[in-house]
Amino acid sequence: MEAIGNAGSAIGILAKDGVVLIGEKKVTSKLLQTSTSAEKMYKIDDHVACAVAGIMSDANILINTARVQAQRYTFMYQEPMPVEQLVQSLCDTKQGYTQFGGLRPFGVSFLFAGWDKNHGFQLYMSDPSGNYSGWKAAAVGANNQAAQSILKQDYKDDASREEVVELALKVLSKTMDTTTLTSEKLELSEVFLTPSGSVKYHVHSPDSLTKLLVKHGVTQPTAETS
Amino acid sequence: MECVFGLVGNGFAIVAADTSAVHSILVHKNNEDKIMLLDSHKLIAASGEPGDRVQFTEYVQKNVSLYQFRNGIPLTTAAAANFTRGELATALRKNPYSVNILMAGYDKEAGASLYYIDYIATLHKVDKGAFGYGSYFSLSTMDRLFRSDMSFEEAIELVDKCILEIRSRLVIAPPNFVIKIVDKDGARTHAWRQSVQDVTTASV
Repeated sequence: MEAIGNAGSAIGILAKDGVVLIGEKKVTSKLLQTSTSAEKMYKIDDHVACAVAGIMSDANILINTARVQAQRYTFMYQEPMPVEQLVQSLCDTKQGYTQFGGLRPFGVSFLFAGWDKNHGFQLYMSDPSGNYSGWKAAAVGANNQAAQSILKQDYKDDASREEVVELALKVLSKTMDTTTLTSEKLELSEVFLTPSGSVKYHVHSPDSLTKLLVKHGVTQPTAETS
Repeated sequence: MECVFGLVGNGFAIVAADTSAVHSILVHKNNEDKIMLLDSHKLIAASGEPGDRVQFTEYVQKNVSLYQFRNGIPLTTAAAANFTRGELATALRKNPYSVNILMAGYDKEAGASLYYIDYIATLHKVDKGAFGYGSYFSLSTMDRLFRSDMSFEEAIELVDKCILEIRSRLVIAPPNFVIKIVDKDGARTHAWRQSVQDVTTASV
């Protein structure tokens, strides 16, 4: 739990037509190759994605476990696994490490975002103990309590995805330690339904992110352009 | 000589099965129900080795119930059919079940559906299907007379025609059948067609 409190924050918010996940990348050096690999967001199955806060190596194991569980379900039933069942099954694994074997728990908190035909768009938060619950808006990682209280005040039901993206960017900008917010420090993704009815997980490109930051007035423009 | 067949109509599915329990040349009983209720809106009509038939269908039924208890939502007919096929497939190369299954179900989104699952784990979603020697007759009759979206009365008439065909043309034809249906109101027994009752000692 300590490690997660020091890790980059991640926020998830439910919109009426999708779920938005945003994460702060703890980029410490210019030398880090940021554009090629994802650090905070991962796709578990076509209809479920997650944001991560905590020890990355632990997270990788759990993400792989979640992916296998989702495929195993689809293999057995030829249908996508309901999001809550996926979260529950992963949390069962996490709980096992708190009770059996003398092993240490996984130092990761997750935000799961997904869609299924039973409950539509859903957002779940889970922690190392294996507890999970569904949320309309949730935050994990550094400053998550501050983020959570801002979300409590500003969250509106039935917001559109654009409004939710704006809210997410604003909350993250308030809780992040850095003074300037650039697209290199963030990962933003959305889970939504395409017009044809299939679920899409879309990660914003750095350019698209920059445009959004400017649009919502969240970034400090550099001296030359202001 | 076990006969199982079924078809899909307008918002419902019907399955019929013979009700003889046979061991070599002996008929144990004439009112053996081979169509099991899987849950409120699913039926599983099975034919094959009697021990395997009961064991496997009960196994599927209990797993379907377990899913519902664990997850608070019922399985769709398609998911249940795929699960069943998967279990047959896993057992196939080690310890196969000799059971043929017609699974009928009703889901709100998908409507009524019928799945043909044979003992070597073939799965097909079908409008009409049949197993056993009786299938030569019932399938041919259904091929001739089936139309999609038949009304309930028309479908029962077709089922009765198939039963008549089996009774008249199959040597050692089973005398009794049970007909069950599943629609939006659930799965239930519709009727028995009995031409021979169990024999009891005549009263003196």
